[in-house]
Amino acid sequence: MTRKQWRRLETAMPWIVIIGALVVWELAVDLFDVRQFILPAPSDIVVALIQYREPIMASALFTLVNTLAGFGIGVVVGLFIGIVIGSSRLAYAGLYPILVGINSVPKAAVVPILVLWMGIGQPPAIITAFLLCFFPIAVNVATGLATTEPEMEDVLRSLGASKLDILWKVGIPRSLPYFFASLKVAITLAFVGAVISETIASNDGIGYLMLQAASQFRTPLMFAGVTVIAAMGIATYLIFVLVEKRFTGWATRKQDAVALGTGGG
Amino acid sequence: MADASTLTAAAPDGVAATPLVDIAGVTFRYGETDGTLALSGLDLKVRKGEFAAVVGPSGCGKSSLMKLVTGLMPVTSGTLAVAGAPVRGPLKIVGMAFQNPTLLPWRDVLSNTMLPLEIVRPHRGQLRRKRAEYEAQARALLATVGLRGFEKRNPWMLSGGMQQRASLCRALIHQPELLMLDEPFAALDAFTREELWGVLQNLWMERRFTCILVTHDLREAAYLADVVHVMSARPGRIVATHTIDLPRPRTVESTFDPHFIDIVHGIRAEIAQARSEVPDEPTDLKGAA
Repeated sequence: MTRKQWRRLETAMPWIVIIGALVVWELAVDLFDVRQFILPAPSDIVVALIQYREPIMASALFTLVNTLAGFGIGVVVGLFIGIVIGSSRLAYAGLYPILVGINSVPKAAVVPILVLWMGIGQPPAIITAFLLCFFPIAVNVATGLATTEPEMEDVLRSLGASKLDILWKVGIPRSLPYFFASLKVAITLAFVGAVISETIASNDGIGYLMLQAASQFRTPLMFAGVTVIAAMGIATYLIFVLVEKRFTGWATRKQDAVALGTGGG
Repeated sequence: MADASTLTAAAPDGVAATPLVDIAGVTFRYGETDGTLALSGLDLKVRKGEFAAVVGPSGCGKSSLMKLVTGLMPVTSGTLAVAGAPVRGPLKIVGMAFQNPTLLPWRDVLSNTMLPLEIVRPHRGQLRRKRAEYEAQARALLATVGLRGFEKRNPWMLSGGMQQRASLCRALIHQPELLMLDEPFAALDAFTREELWGVLQNLWMERRFTCILVTHDLREAAYLADVVHVMSARPGRIVATHTIDLPRPRTVESTFDPHFIDIVHGIRAEIAQARSEVPDEPTDLKGAA
């Protein structure tokens, strides 16, 4: 196989695997005569997607808005906490155990409390999304700041730089790759949070749609909901991959070099 | 580069008599009272415009000395004055370079070099207005160390030697009175190292900043310095001081001169002695094993 063909195969691989899996799924459902309310075939899911496109789109949009709102708050709060605990040992000692505690609580258990305070629907969905996604951002930013080379700090301090100067010139640029890496994790977690909350306490959104479909044994519709959620998750993930590449190409240069190296070999 | 005749003429007379760095009886201990004693009763004077080197066995507290002189860490006891004033916090007239070039990977060489101008007053206030002027200065400085044409490259695209050249430029761009070098060439191969000795000597002869070079390479110390101070094993103090009276500019050829070799041999013997005199180091490791 020539190098060019090899590269083409490499880019085609994800699609080959996905399409292959769908074909196997379709054939297996056909062959073993699995009933639709247990496991619908991919073709049934497509039919459901088209048939219920309007409620699905409306629910998906609701979920997307909640997710992005929670994620937005998560980025701001996570960044702030990350900078604080990453640049001050005292703040780290005081806040880190609490953060770990908050992160350890299963968020599904928190939703009833949020409902008690805010009612059902959008507010608890946004807050749950936020609660799930701020932690990785905070921890990553703090790690990025804490790993600043002491010599670099010495260079700047010997020039009379303030703590803020060092944070601005070195700490924050240095922690950007960690920040963007955490965004990819955080956006996925935000979807999880929004859907959990909608499943428990909402009259709208993909989570609610799935619950309704389940109660009526409309399994293809449930799978259609899962598909839409997955598609949105992947799309937002890819957006953050692109953002990461755009802003922190300097940090992934080694991976690029390796990729080129294997391509050449 | 200036022509050779003006360079040789400048050597000892350009050095003023008043010490820029005056260290007397300095003791330094890491952490609290039970911490490691790094320096004990250290005396050192560096005159303005002088190129001083500090050599010694590894772990003798050379790097601690750097941090004390730049005010990054306070002395435990004794007095330390720079430019006539006791050092109480980080100095602002210093440029530093380390074994690791510590360039910022997200900035190109030019903006790495200009980093001190974004920090040091009064430059930081004028940077926006005078950017073109400062940039021209930085480009000129980079050109003198042989980095013309590499201004827009990122540091990781350069070899170790080139990164170290850029690091030197960053240490000098704000025209510091005092340049502190902590084993700046230790991680480079022998040829690159010798080349950079020449680069550093040229910069020093042109600009006449005061320089303290910490190194374990005796040839490097003898090549570059006017005065070489020898430190004892930990806790470190100065046990000998040599004046290197070789004419400048020195070249790699000078390092094969018998007089040069004699000087290096002399210093080497003293360090060997300093290494063997390890007073309060625990020696019961063998018994324990």
